[in-house]
Amino acid sequence: MTSAITVGEGVDSPYALSHLDALESEAVHIFREVAGEFERPVILFSGGKDSIVMLHLALKAFAPAAVPFTLLHVDTGHNFPEVLAYRDRVVAEHGLRLHVASVQDYIDAGKLRERPDGTRNPLQTLPLTEAIQQHRFDAVFGGGRRDEEKARAKERVFSLRDEFSQWDPRRQRPELWQLYNGRHAPGEHVRVFPLSNWTELDVWQYIAREDIDLPQIYFAHEREVFKRSGMWLTAGEWGGPKADESVETRLVRYRTVGDMSCTGAVDSDATTLDAVITEIAASRLTERGATRADDKMSEAAMEDRKREGYF
Amino acid sequence: MSNSVDTAVQLADLSATTLLRFATAGSVDDGKSTLVGRLLHDSKSVLTDQLEAVEAASLKRGQEAPDLALLTDGLRAEREQGITIDVAYRYFATPRRRFILADTPGHVQYTRNMVTGASTADLAVVLVDARNGVIEQTRRHAAVAALLRVPHVVLAVNKMDLVAYEEKVFASIAEEFTAYASELGVPEITAIPISALAGDNVVEPSANMDWYGGPTVLEHLETVPVSHDLTSCHARLPVQYVIRPQTAELPDYRGYAGQIAAGTFRVGEPVTVLPSGRTSTVAGIDLLGESVDVAWTPQSVTLLLADDIDISRGDLIVPSGDAPATTQDVEATVCHVADQPLTVGQRVLLKHTTRTVKAIVKEIESRLTLDDLSQHPNPGQLVANDIGRVKVRTAEPLALDAYADSRRTGSFLLIDPADGTTLAAGMAGESFATHKVLTTVEDEEGWDF
Repeated sequence: MTSAITVGEGVDSPYALSHLDALESEAVHIFREVAGEFERPVILFSGGKDSIVMLHLALKAFAPAAVPFTLLHVDTGHNFPEVLAYRDRVVAEHGLRLHVASVQDYIDAGKLRERPDGTRNPLQTLPLTEAIQQHRFDAVFGGGRRDEEKARAKERVFSLRDEFSQWDPRRQRPELWQLYNGRHAPGEHVRVFPLSNWTELDVWQYIAREDIDLPQIYFAHEREVFKRSGMWLTAGEWGGPKADESVETRLVRYRTVGDMSCTGAVDSDATTLDAVITEIAASRLTERGATRADDKMSEAAMEDRKREGYF
Repeated sequence: MSNSVDTAVQLADLSATTLLRFATAGSVDDGKSTLVGRLLHDSKSVLTDQLEAVEAASLKRGQEAPDLALLTDGLRAEREQGITIDVAYRYFATPRRRFILADTPGHVQYTRNMVTGASTADLAVVLVDARNGVIEQTRRHAAVAALLRVPHVVLAVNKMDLVAYEEKVFASIAEEFTAYASELGVPEITAIPISALAGDNVVEPSANMDWYGGPTVLEHLETVPVSHDLTSCHARLPVQYVIRPQTAELPDYRGYAGQIAAGTFRVGEPVTVLPSGRTSTVAGIDLLGESVDVAWTPQSVTLLLADDIDISRGDLIVPSGDAPATTQDVEATVCHVADQPLTVGQRVLLKHTTRTVKAIVKEIESRLTLDDLSQHPNPGQLVANDIGRVKVRTAEPLALDAYADSRRTGSFLLIDPADGTTLAAGMAGESFATHKVLTTVEDEEGWDF
């Protein structure tokens, strides 16, 4: 259903695109700009809904030809098994090439040390940066959205990173019209965010419209969880629960999918896409506020991680 | 979840809304943050955890009321200095429309941010304080909107509560502004008397100004048309990428992928490819997996042509008979956006649609002061936030429209080839709809900063 004509109470001409068509067209334009101007682009693919939507858009942008990008997954070693299975299924289905950078390998080799709180999200930056250097990726697509977090609200669609992957918010290039400046020196790369202007609700509405398959953990299911820092974390080998944390079985779903150690589930009985959309439209919490322990650490937690080269 | 009925209604509506991109310019003194905060808050776009974070941060710096500017001033430097240094994008929705707000600081040293925000806006909100009326800053904001050809401008006359909600105060400000902005060529101006603090005419109609019969700010944002009559526009498709599957099933498929920058394309239409001038006919249009007979801006499409001609990224497909002239001499207004200056004789890259060519800055004819529209001839260079008239010579011909006719195919960037910095944002052709608004002031020799 890509029919674009929407007439809203007679105010818009028949040529006005629906908001989903406008966002889709913008994202496709961004993918094609990168394909036209870069040598070695890669899509960061976590198996989360934003990266799934990115891949869907990339497939549409280049059909009937193949997507001219590879995928990169930074595997924390604490990923949800359902999500890894989904990742492998999608890669096989579309004949894609997947690179995996493993946090566990870095820990085993002594290049990274486990944090006392067991959270592995911040540990992803080094494997990510080294994978970019090793494969000489010059454009790296991320699923970040400006509505997610205040440090992302000022992120560019094309965001230049130095050879250490660092982000300097004061040295960002102004971005005018739809003219994206991807010039970079050897060793530097550009992070590209095709979903910059999408909100969480847009992502879900688009998933529903396009009938995109998602990992099952996005829908309500029974799960053994325990409470930590006000969030329901999944019980498992990764390090929870501690002695004073009690496990219970609850009906939950995930709003975001990341490392099991810091991604919380929300109580939900939403088993279908429509139910999920209804739930999000009524929610009074942002998805990061509801489910991400790592963003609660300080006012500028995200900015600090982004400066260091995080997604 | 108490309002599940409301939510169900909203969902049905949300699936069929259009998108409006708009920009606000102003400073805290004008009540811009209060207006933006109220639009976000009253449309329930600020969520509980965001408000709690803002409240906690406000308390920490000793403020009693939550400072809504902290919602958007996300960078550490901004929080520490209490200023907005960049364009902040905010997202909100009502049952009737989705909005992307480019919130920009209003002071003269942030002209580049304002220009950036206005470049993609369908509408600009200019705020004035009813007690001060139209001031230098207001004229600058109107000039930026006119220069960037923003199709709709809203004059929000704020703080009406502080002038006893008097109609004649509003009427005289609205009249002065409308006359000024119209002369600059702003095609549509809507003046609205508001009090962002008290909430008059922002979301709800005011009970204090029954003499005003127009829409509230939000009503206007929800109903202003987002696209124009495309049939009268010049159709333009910059080619981004050539799609060639080269598979056993599709050995000969060649599709020209791009986002339609202006106008409409139809199957069967004769087209010309620039700059080569070769011609063909549209054999098919693929709209992201769906075959269609007609497509229009800003749809991303893949065009199939009847003839096998040489086309690559950077070419422009246009209807035969409606092709822009190609040129190597570009006359334009530029806004300088980099910290390093732009000088006469400088070698640059010029990025126009999907084409990047080498170029040289031949002349900087004048620098323009937006506060009073005075032109200062031969400034020698342009520095950050300057607006100027330039002549640029390109190494290869460009199919450039006048910016007034087509924002997307009349705009370009100047880029430093050494480090890739975006130096300036350019708009081809005349700065404003009419020349008579501009005055020329000869500066004292050698002392023009």
